[in-house]
Amino acid sequence: MSHVLHVLIEPGFFSSSPVRLALAIGGLVASVAAVVGVFTVIRGQAFAGEALGDIGATGGASAYLAGVPALFGFVGFSVAAAGAMELIGIQRVRGRDLATGIVLGAGFGIAALLLYLGTTYDNTSGATVTILFGAIFDLTSPDLPLVLGFGLIVLVTLAVLYRPLMLASISPELAAARGVRVRLVGAAYLISMAVAVALSAVTIGAILSTALLVGPAAAALRLTTRPGRAIATAAVIGVASTWLGVLLAYDSYDWTVKHDRAWPASFFIVTVVLAVYLIAGWFSQSIRRGRSLSA
Amino acid sequence: MEASTALKVEGVSVQLGGRQILDDITFELRPGELTGLIGSNGAGKTTLFRVILGLQATSAGSVRIGAQGERQGVGYVPQKFLLDPDMPLRGRDLVGLGIDGHRFGLPKPSKTRRQRIQQMLEAVDAQDFADARVGQLSGGEQQRILIAHALISNPQLLLLDEPLANLDLRSAKEVVTLLSRIATEHRVSVLISAHEMNPLLPVMDRIVYLADGRAVSGTADEVIRTDVLSKLYRHHVDVLKVHGRVIVVAGEGDHDDEPDHGPVEII
Ligand SMILES: Nc1ncnc2c1ncn2[C@@H]1O[C@H](COP(=O)(O)OP(=O)(O)OP(=O)(O)O)[C@@H](O)[C@H]1O
Ligand SMILES: [Mg+2]
Repeated sequence: MSHVLHVLIEPGFFSSSPVRLALAIGGLVASVAAVVGVFTVIRGQAFAGEALGDIGATGGASAYLAGVPALFGFVGFSVAAAGAMELIGIQRVRGRDLATGIVLGAGFGIAALLLYLGTTYDNTSGATVTILFGAIFDLTSPDLPLVLGFGLIVLVTLAVLYRPLMLASISPELAAARGVRVRLVGAAYLISMAVAVALSAVTIGAILSTALLVGPAAAALRLTTRPGRAIATAAVIGVASTWLGVLLAYDSYDWTVKHDRAWPASFFIVTVVLAVYLIAGWFSQSIRRGRSLSA
Repeated sequence: MEASTALKVEGVSVQLGGRQILDDITFELRPGELTGLIGSNGAGKTTLFRVILGLQATSAGSVRIGAQGERQGVGYVPQKFLLDPDMPLRGRDLVGLGIDGHRFGLPKPSKTRRQRIQQMLEAVDAQDFADARVGQLSGGEQQRILIAHALISNPQLLLLDEPLANLDLRSAKEVVTLLSRIATEHRVSVLISAHEMNPLLPVMDRIVYLADGRAVSGTADEVIRTDVLSKLYRHHVDVLKVHGRVIVVAGEGDHDDEPDHGPVEII
């Protein structure tokens, strides 16, 4: 709440430090999630992404109880869940939904317990809402280097794996025939996805984190026929949606009668992503051949 | 020249789920030759390809590719290729991944790389649809893109698993002609699996005939014979030649069209 008042007192949007931090971290997270998300969509692993986000909620809740930054909880639990899915057999196409569902169910149960414990001890539901739905204006400056560090690890991993990962995502058989270690590449990707989802959870919450992962990517796939361009387009869509969402959330102070509370930024970000996806569909249909969107 | 081999499969046996899928398979392929791997559904064709690619463990036997026995020199067109029509991948991109898809790092676009891809696309007559999404191409068009993908790394051995299965007669003829041209021009040894041997008869130099996990190999005239195939199937079959087509039917010594257990195979 104090941040919220602080934002109100500031004269302008860009001169507010919570807003600047939200734009910086939000943009960083959105671009990482979008790049990872293009592979998620190609590999058909959106459900796994959703599950990693939901299990991340367990991590966020544990971190809250333990008094450490939520990001560590999100990352730790998502990555552990990715490992569990890998062990159960997410690489087999038929085992995919099964492995994901089993891990998801277990994770959600623990999340419910931890969030319950957290709220009854504190007599507040603030933590639950923050973990599940995000609080982008409550980010603090120590969060920035953490997000930057994790984000860079993910991007570097994807840059190194780019070609074998692309081939394995298109056809595991073609990749295996070319000598790609399909399982290893898939496992490394799953962990990268877990980190990307955890980063999204910091900005728009654990429940909504897949929206930043698959939304911009799905929109981008409708606009271009090339993999490289799809990734660049997805990143632009993700960052633009996040920034627009932050701006709308900031503006929404003035929409309420008493001017004392903003609508959540997550709501706006997710809504903008959905709108872009729908417009992209309309755009790709009206223009027969998908073209790359430059802005 | 005749002494050189592109592939040597010797005494290969494979067990899967407690069943003997391949039993002591032995044959050789020569450079520049087109060989048909003929067998009905479940005969073990895909399994044999996976053995050659080193993706399937064997219980016995050995596989040697080329003189130095390197797997790098193998191009593969799998039987199943499913790609969502929405995937942002052009035929051109997939062919490019045939050059360096196994290498780490980001792709390095260059003029020579683009030209090499273009030449390959022209070699398989795919330039007209090379810029469309692969998932939206027809079966025959995808087949050509996949052949280009497999061929662009200059393999000495090209394996195609049922490349004609989803093609109409005309496309099948075109692909067969293309493959036979590739074998001669690129000096590649081409191994094509099929359950239907007739479309391949005009171009096949040799045949590997697979049944019940066992194989006989040789030229078409050596293999497609009543005595040879009866021995392979371990019961009497008749080889009928009608209007330039070959039909293999099960029989009890007579030329019964409708034996109890039906035709072993109508080819
Ligand atoms: N992983 C497996 N475990 C157990 N049995 C298997 C496995 N893979 C294949 N088989 C069996 O091995 C046999 C040969 O399969 P394969 O796919 O090699 O046949 P194919 O000749 O390619 O058939 P098709 O023409 O239908 O493609 C089949 O009976 C199949 O059921
Ligand atoms: Mg097969």
